[in-house]
Amino acid sequence: MYTEKVMDHFQHPRNVGEIENASGVGTVGNAKCGDIMRIYLDIDENQIIRDVKFKTFGCGAAVATSSMATELVKGKNVQEAMQITNKAVMEALDGLPPVKVHCSLLAEEAIHAALWDYAEKNGIKIEGLEKPKSDIHEDEEEEEY
Amino acid sequence: MGKLIYLDNAATTKTSPEVVEAMLPYFTEHYGNPSSVYGFAAANKEVITSQREIIAGVLGAKDNEIYFTAGGTESDNWALIATAEAYAAKGKHIITSKIEHHAILHTCEYLQRQGYEVTYLDVDENGLVDPKAVEAAIRPDTILISVMFANNEIGTIQPIAEIGKIAHDHGVLFHTDAVQAFAQIPINVDECNIDMLSASGHKLNGPKGIGFLYIRKGVKIRSFIHGGAQERRRRAGTENVPGIVGLGKAVELAAASMRERMERESRLRDHLISRIESEIPYCRLNGDRVKRLPNNVNFSFQFVEGESLLIMLDMKGICASSGSACTSGSLDPSHVLLAIGLPHEIAHGSLRVTLGADTTEEDLDYVVDCLKEIVAQLRKMSPLYEDFVRRQEKKNTK
Repeated sequence: MYTEKVMDHFQHPRNVGEIENASGVGTVGNAKCGDIMRIYLDIDENQIIRDVKFKTFGCGAAVATSSMATELVKGKNVQEAMQITNKAVMEALDGLPPVKVHCSLLAEEAIHAALWDYAEKNGIKIEGLEKPKSDIHEDEEEEEY
Repeated sequence: MGKLIYLDNAATTKTSPEVVEAMLPYFTEHYGNPSSVYGFAAANKEVITSQREIIAGVLGAKDNEIYFTAGGTESDNWALIATAEAYAAKGKHIITSKIEHHAILHTCEYLQRQGYEVTYLDVDENGLVDPKAVEAAIRPDTILISVMFANNEIGTIQPIAEIGKIAHDHGVLFHTDAVQAFAQIPINVDECNIDMLSASGHKLNGPKGIGFLYIRKGVKIRSFIHGGAQERRRRAGTENVPGIVGLGKAVELAAASMRERMERESRLRDHLISRIESEIPYCRLNGDRVKRLPNNVNFSFQFVEGESLLIMLDMKGICASSGSACTSGSLDPSHVLLAIGLPHEIAHGSLRVTLGADTTEEDLDYVVDCLKEIVAQLRKMSPLYEDFVRRQEKKNTK
């Protein structure tokens, strides 16, 4: 079902984790649909993404697209990161099954959401960046067992 | 890959070697059409009858009440659609439950489009249908009640005898989808007042593509597949002789070993359940703890997603299944898990493990060891778990 690259990124996800006091954090997706991605960016004064981490709740494709997206933005400046589309993420993974294309969209949205957070915190305007749709979950309490 | 641990026996089972051996001559030697006149072929007619007798014996039925079909799905379609047509003059109302297999639910939706009304009964948090709710749903125009014997995802065994009695007392026909239960647990069609029962060969170490529908004598049911005079003119088409022989053999073997298997599988099942519950935090057993198929274990693991879990288990050589959306082919998780009241995100994190004749305690111990590691690994990368831990910390500092 998945390409070797997808399986590789699923089995060995790059950049999993959190960044304390991150420059920007973006969380997208919806637990109801079974996918949530959170991306942390560490951006320096030259607007270069020095470090990036992610956490994902979701299927194999969701994990692999988040992992690949973090690889693609690492070391790029903010404008370059803006250019990374879901298509680029998919191509870098040698493709996704049609039912999983939404996972790559989520990865793109997660990057944008983290960049938006960074821009807001720093009073910067990033060209072409729009406020992320927030269908998240902040006050949703999971039931405990 | 190394060892394969197959724990998806509710999806399908390995065809047992005795079954394959019994079937083979019916491809190569006794290939005649049972409807032919010459002795070479006509002997196959008797072979079919003797398989019917084996199956009827297990259910406490008569052999002319067993009709061979291409499997459980066809049996369900036939039972519902042909009964609905035959009894349309009496009424157009059918009662079923929300946790039926899609072979029932999608057939009911089809009938709704044909002008029938269907009541889908709720189940409780363990997946049980309340017989009182069945009784309350019966109307003067109710023609059929269809409730599954045991659920394929969560293993819950329904109070079939009670529901059957209610149906009987109200003069309503009662069908049960027993695909998961037949030859796994005792079923007697008279004791349970069952008028129709669906079953399938490949769930009990028999071949795929063969099943049957039990139809009590006297039930008006129309032909569903039209053509020749096979199956008392009710189900046309040249009989799948090798399949029927394989099914008969599988039923014979399953019935002979049923008590011993039930005892063995229940013990293994409870071992697996107790190890998971004591060693993996934030999990929930889905389905009834007691009224449960001996081979079914279904858990939800909070903060993780089912498909990821399955792929990681697969990498360890373990075959299992999940009710997550990613494995159901839609965006919604399993309708069964939602019907027992699980929130979406917890339904997405479900895992079904179904034991079989080859399953050993050692296999299950290996599964728990892998599962502990995998769940911990997935939680480590889950934003839901991160949020949960933060909330716990906040609570503790308050």
